[in-house]
Amino acid sequence: MSKMVPLPSKSIVPERDVNKPPILETNHLGIDFGGLTAVDDLTLAVGRTEIAGLIGPNGAGKTTVFNLLTNVYQPTRGDIMLDGVSTSKKSTAQVNKMGIARTFQNIRLFGHMSVLDNVKVGLHNLTKENLAVCLTHLFGYRKTEKQANEQALEYLDFFGMADMANFPAGSLPYGAQRRLEIARALATKPSIILLDEPAAGMNPSETAELMNNIRRIRDNFQIAVMLIEHDMNLVMNICEGICVLDHGKVIAKGTPDEIKSNPTVIEAYLGKKNDKKVEAKEGETNAES
Amino acid sequence: MAGFANKYKRLKKSTRTNISAYGLVIILFVVALTMQSTGAISNSLSGQLVPICTYIVMALSLNLTVGFLGELSLGHAGFMSVGAFSGVIAAVSLQSSMGSGPLLLLVAMIIGGLFAGIAGLIIGIPVLRLRGDYLAIVTLAFGEIIKNIMNCLYVGVDMGGLHFSLKSVNDLGMENGKIIINGPQGAVGIPKLATLTAGFILILFALFIVLNLINSKTGRAVTAIRDNRIAAESVGIGVTKYKLTTFIISAVLAGMAGALYAMNFSTVAAKKFDFNTSILILVFVVLGGMGNIVGSIVATTILYMLPEILREFADYRMLLYAIVLIIVMIATNSEKAIQFRDSVMAKLSSKKRKSQNDSETKEAVNNE
Repeated sequence: MSKMVPLPSKSIVPERDVNKPPILETNHLGIDFGGLTAVDDLTLAVGRTEIAGLIGPNGAGKTTVFNLLTNVYQPTRGDIMLDGVSTSKKSTAQVNKMGIARTFQNIRLFGHMSVLDNVKVGLHNLTKENLAVCLTHLFGYRKTEKQANEQALEYLDFFGMADMANFPAGSLPYGAQRRLEIARALATKPSIILLDEPAAGMNPSETAELMNNIRRIRDNFQIAVMLIEHDMNLVMNICEGICVLDHGKVIAKGTPDEIKSNPTVIEAYLGKKNDKKVEAKEGETNAES
Repeated sequence: MAGFANKYKRLKKSTRTNISAYGLVIILFVVALTMQSTGAISNSLSGQLVPICTYIVMALSLNLTVGFLGELSLGHAGFMSVGAFSGVIAAVSLQSSMGSGPLLLLVAMIIGGLFAGIAGLIIGIPVLRLRGDYLAIVTLAFGEIIKNIMNCLYVGVDMGGLHFSLKSVNDLGMENGKIIINGPQGAVGIPKLATLTAGFILILFALFIVLNLINSKTGRAVTAIRDNRIAAESVGIGVTKYKLTTFIISAVLAGMAGALYAMNFSTVAAKKFDFNTSILILVFVVLGGMGNIVGSIVATTILYMLPEILREFADYRMLLYAIVLIIVMIATNSEKAIQFRDSVMAKLSSKKRKSQNDSETKEAVNNE
């Protein structure tokens, strides 16, 4: 068992998770791209059934954090622990097998495959078919395929998409594509799912449905959810713990209420109160010189 | 009949592909067999039947790499070459102990496939780290390397076993041996065991492997990698493993086809399996439709026979061949052509429906 990282703030982990070790921890995580430090000194912990939010202005490094967590990028500093096990030196596929699933900011579906097959690809590592079975379609192929079909349909049904199972994934409307991506990620049986801007491009009623779905995911599968989102209404409504990033650094952590009233956060989003005056003055002096 | 058509439409897409692919091959085989036995086809075309079979298998296997894996391979003839020569070596050296029969052909094809598979593994490990144009260039180079190695390879067999040399026949150091591969002249004294039936069985085998693979966990993983590699990795698919598996299966099928091809002639030279052959197979795959199994079979059959059929036009036949290629490309890819085709199809189907309705109303009237 690894050394327990002190939780960022007692209140960030919901009551039910307090006495259990967190599912995901990062310890002084950082990455440099050449001379540019994209993420620095990121220490956070996500409870086993927590809905956590990662917010920050554009370019703060939020998606980079997701890419670090899924080992798309190897961190320059620090480490990541999933349920007490380090994920360093693992490939993206192996990290998924360990229990981290994700969706993408710009939807990445298998567009030419059917909706059902997309979820069946998600079930990949849970489908027991070796190469001999694949090539001959003997030795229990029908049984495993039937199982996979049923499981995939269950995930689709969870999002009310069972009737779309045979459509090509690329032909679905936008909202359904987002849901399908989440269904595919859930099919890998993760212990934490990372959602990268799940509400982007959605109207208020779709967002409300998404919020409901995120809660259902947590309650039904008993997993942690971590999401990047710009829709503050969504974040403040469903997240139990929020981490605010700016220029790759954590500037605040806490409950929605704490974040709402945090002056540093407000400054990062809206700028300083007298910024305008200062800028105006600088402009004048420049003009004079 | 209409009931059957409806049933066919209601089947799963994969089942429909399977039925039409197997059905097409069986029909083609029956047609070819009857024409051959009644002497309805010319001698030159009759000699092309086994090569057509092997090229169909080549197109099917390349379709696996190009259509489903989504990687452009320009050295597929290289695997055919490896399969052809290793198959011939096996056949000639085992001929005395096994006799010349279908069993020897089978053994030759299996050994050809095995060696091509090993070549696929050796090439695949470094090559599949590359993507797109780079992969295409490296596979092209591989094809050329194989051709050049085979071009200066001397193999002979005597009582002591197989002898290899890269210099000359004299360096083989054989006593009363038999030369199997004689450098630039290629393989000589091949037992001509290939038959149309063997080709037909090989096509069925290749179809069985390819269609099964596509409709399985591995096939889904491979298609997922083609559609979106990053997403495939994110759901726990080891990209390299599946790319390599597909590449090797593709190579094995090509090797088996190569062995069959070689056994159709008494001599086969290495320069037969050059860049042009690779491109020819690629043309079959692209014009048949990437990822389209039935398309590969149809395109190979038509395009391979076309130069033979056009033989009457003598000097102009390759020109006509090129024109046909261009027309097919336009007809299948140009937006306007597709619109035109769709409108024609719509008109036809509406006419059909109309006539059906008419006949139904007539029947109704008659009943009254």
